[in-house]
Amino acid sequence: MSEVKKIATRESYGNALKELGAENPNVIVLDADLAGATKTGVFKKAFPDRFFDCGIAESNMMAIAAGIATTGKIPFCSTFAMFAAGRAYEQVRNAVGYPHLNVKIGATHAGISVGEDGATHQCNEDIALMRTIPGMVVICPADDVEARAAVKAAAEYEGPVYLRFGRLAVPVINDEATYKFEIGKGITLREGTDLTIVATGLCVNSALEAAEKLAAIGVSAEVINIHTIKPLDEELVLASAKKTGKVVTVEEHSVIGGLGSAVCDVLSEKLPTPVKKIGVYDTYCESGPAVKLLEKYKLDGNGVYEQIKDWMK
Amino acid sequence: MTNLELQKIANEVRKDIVTEVHSAKSGHPGGSLSAADVFTYLYFEELNIDPKDPKKPDRDRFVLSKGHTAPGLYAALAERGFFPKEDLTTLRQIGSHLQGHPCMQHTPGLDMSSGSLGQGISAAVGMALSAKVFGDSYRVYTLLGDGELQEGEVWEASMFASAKKLDNLCAIVDNNNLQIDGTIEEVNSPYPIDEKFKAFGFHVINVDGHDFDQLRAAFAEAKTVKGQPTVIIMKTIKGKGVSFMENNAAWHGSAPNDEQYAVAMADLEKAGEALCQK
Repeated sequence: MSEVKKIATRESYGNALKELGAENPNVIVLDADLAGATKTGVFKKAFPDRFFDCGIAESNMMAIAAGIATTGKIPFCSTFAMFAAGRAYEQVRNAVGYPHLNVKIGATHAGISVGEDGATHQCNEDIALMRTIPGMVVICPADDVEARAAVKAAAEYEGPVYLRFGRLAVPVINDEATYKFEIGKGITLREGTDLTIVATGLCVNSALEAAEKLAAIGVSAEVINIHTIKPLDEELVLASAKKTGKVVTVEEHSVIGGLGSAVCDVLSEKLPTPVKKIGVYDTYCESGPAVKLLEKYKLDGNGVYEQIKDWMK
Repeated sequence: MTNLELQKIANEVRKDIVTEVHSAKSGHPGGSLSAADVFTYLYFEELNIDPKDPKKPDRDRFVLSKGHTAPGLYAALAERGFFPKEDLTTLRQIGSHLQGHPCMQHTPGLDMSSGSLGQGISAAVGMALSAKVFGDSYRVYTLLGDGELQEGEVWEASMFASAKKLDNLCAIVDNNNLQIDGTIEEVNSPYPIDEKFKAFGFHVINVDGHDFDQLRAAFAEAKTVKGQPTVIIMKTIKGKGVSFMENNAAWHGSAPNDEQYAVAMADLEKAGEALCQK
């Protein structure tokens, strides 16, 4: 069996920004002393005149981006998810969100797969924070193909967008030749009849692996990739829930306020369905190699499989 | 425009402020009145703007970083013709375009929403940066409160503005010396303000914020500065023009009742008549 290609979505982000820079002279990129890590450095190298390092001052960067957006340009600003959504939350809400400005936030190093840096840098709350902001689009791509497509779509969309990327190299699961990205449109990756697994980000791959294992014990799982958590593809979630009658959500994020909550919001109102939310269970995680952490916190394929199996007992 | 003409307009702006806040039964008259002269100078003399074309691309930008003094800015915009003066009495009411703090999507002539202190100057820096990157010639102005200087973001923005040599940026500080909980020294002193901005790489100009000659000279000087941003630090009187509001922190964020409103308007009518005698 050939080795699956692995790329971190932050790499995809940097590469897509560089392509965007060539296509659109109005794109301008800001970072907060993390250009090497967030991969905005790729853009910086190609377009040094349209790249600005704001230094270690994320709140200021976010409101600078808002000011730039008022002049009709398209700022992408980047830092780790912890600081983009956490430290600068209020700037995102008030300076970007309230005037509905065309700012794109490229937040990298989200979730526990940050790894060794540990809990202070493992943001498991960003989806929750960002989806509370009126008019904010929240996107969490699953792989390289999806991440690059999402960056392009975000640039074409008029309004604030939060893009969530990871540090860890993850398998490329989408086929570039046939892949189509549309903001707010989920993708059914596997048809099933017994339960629906709704996943986002690197957990989409875990969900696919879990579905394979479930099939081996006679459980037919449908797998839906929700790359856009807001606006959520309600139609797709409802149709699948109606078909299978059971829903599991999987995310590298707190079970409070993220994809799981978004799915529950829809189901509880429109089609009450039993839901198991898989994610980080209201805890700070810890330092360690990313792959080992995903294993320990049961967010890898096997962990997701076991949690689903336990829930179905 | 002559100083006398500017003084007459500023007096109208002050009447508007008091009227707005009185009809809203809430709002921030003190800091609006201390900045009434600079609002007037900016909108009637300094800014390259067109009330008939509020979004013209080459317009100068103004960001009210101390967004709570929106009544003062709204008054200047209305006097300048961006929207009817009658709108002013809808301040803070449901359905009004005049929100408690500036909302750029609703009010003609606003370049940025603001109100959460410290963020306006960052946005102004973003506008100035954009002008530099894309070769636009407009200038960017932002008005800060002296209490607002306690926000760390002000200094993040200032550090960046001078590091990037944004000489198209002119910050203005309304140094009326009062904030909600008392004098700025009592609360958490930002003094010496001029030395701080100097250390952050700004060209610093100190003025009497109620003296149009000094304001005129300061804004003219700011335009000649190259390679660094300018800050104009205005010594002002909080509540300026209304006898019982002057230098009284209690009028930071409260509205006059009917009786007080009558006294305030009488003060300002009297000041207006005195100006007409000149």
